[in-house]
Amino acid sequence: MNSEDQDANKIGRADFFKGALGCTALAWGSMTLYPIFCYLNPKAGDQEDETQVSSLEVCKVKDLPPGSGRNFRFGSTPAVIIHTKDGEIHAFKAICTHLGCTVQYQQQKDNIYCACHGGQYDAHDGKNIAGPPPKPLTALVVKIDKDKIIVSQS
Amino acid sequence: MSGNTKLKNGLQAFLDERFNISSLLQIADKKKVPIHKHAVWYYMGGIATMYLAVQFITGILLMIYYVPEISSAHASILKINSKIDFGWFIRSLHSWGANLLIAILFAHLFSTFFMKAYRRPREFTWLTGLLLMVICMAFGFSGYLLPWDDVSFFATKIGLDIAAKTPLIGETVANMLRGGEHIGQATISRFFAIHVIVLPAALLALLGVHLLLVQLHGMSAPGSFNDLPEAKKTYEKFFPDFFYKDILVWILAANVLFALVMLNPWGIGPEADPFAPAPVGIKPEWYFLSMFQFLKLIPPMVGPIEGELFGMVLMGLAALGFVILPFVDNGKSKAWSRFATIFGLLILTGMILLSIWGALS
Repeated sequence: MNSEDQDANKIGRADFFKGALGCTALAWGSMTLYPIFCYLNPKAGDQEDETQVSSLEVCKVKDLPPGSGRNFRFGSTPAVIIHTKDGEIHAFKAICTHLGCTVQYQQQKDNIYCACHGGQYDAHDGKNIAGPPPKPLTALVVKIDKDKIIVSQS
Repeated sequence: MSGNTKLKNGLQAFLDERFNISSLLQIADKKKVPIHKHAVWYYMGGIATMYLAVQFITGILLMIYYVPEISSAHASILKINSKIDFGWFIRSLHSWGANLLIAILFAHLFSTFFMKAYRRPREFTWLTGLLLMVICMAFGFSGYLLPWDDVSFFATKIGLDIAAKTPLIGETVANMLRGGEHIGQATISRFFAIHVIVLPAALLALLGVHLLLVQLHGMSAPGSFNDLPEAKKTYEKFFPDFFYKDILVWILAANVLFALVMLNPWGIGPEADPFAPAPVGIKPEWYFLSMFQFLKLIPPMVGPIEGELFGMVLMGLAALGFVILPFVDNGKSKAWSRFATIFGLLILTGMILLSIWGALS
């Protein structure tokens, strides 16, 4: 390799400083953006209204006649309890598996309905039966203790 | 020379020395507008700017009484609507104005599209316009949550859950916007900051570039005008001829806004309850209705892909078409020109039909 080739491969002072400036800008930019990203990115448990519940009494059986349902608060999660027309009591997390709207019991059709996009679920097992929901609802465990309906995490 | 003329000339010379007024006046004097049968669409950008000014003024006024706090937000809007003198008027101007602004922007966007105003050298005028449209829709989305009523709560929930379906970054972005997993105080705070600071700043900067580009390139004219021999092309001066007509149109557009506000003041639904079921018949704002209906039609799973993601990819491709077309349809190929027109017509017809379907279903 002659000296001319060697000169051609050398990085000039101006190019070196241009590169260094670019790298410094990138490093400085990342150093600035990282804390902003962390500041904005929420951590688990950040939301002060977050409450964990493993079991709770929803109502008395006599308050929930067959063919009726009601939405209730299960910790930080909306939930629905249903007394089907054939006498069974079931509870589910009331979060539509489609886009997260809150579902409700539909008395005429004895099923669970999401008003946002018309998704429907079976009131007995929470299975998605019509509309866009891709998955069944998450079931909760229902126990009857004397006259009380107790719902707990499955 | 009278004293008045002397003073006027002196003032003119003073200002000219400091602000170079005479060269600005020369530029303004040269600005001209082509006269042709589609020239009515030239007013759309001006009307949009006027409605935008209404949004800024009424928005600042609403901030005086609005409280971005979960237990007070709804009550503060109720107070604005019922207790504050002319509060209902200011809020209705803001809400109706937002809707009219989006409507006019759609007219502006599609009219410039069909007149092929995006062609070389105006590609970046078109792209900044597209971005401004996105910003205005983001304004609509973020502002919708702030009154904290039942419909706004679920509209935000659905919107963010759709955003969360974006591969890789979706969940992180949705969580950052939401401020956690649930919509609550953190979401209101974030949306408030986005609505009153982030978006206005972005909009003003981008609008500046958009308007500067319009001045640099002059008014675009449709092919039918460009094909005319030079002698047959007629123009009018922007100052004062077109400008006076612009002001007249602004007054008419402002009257439409006032009429809507007077005849149908903007109300507010019941306060959001995150644990109550979604209200029956809930629908997004009309400008999101076509997307809403489109997503509703897609089955839960399309092959191995989730329906929502599939729908988003299709809508993303349509949007990408609007971004790429200026670089492909440069006026040299008739086939591309026809393709662009058909593409635009398909999207526009689809949007109108889906919106009507969504509104009726």
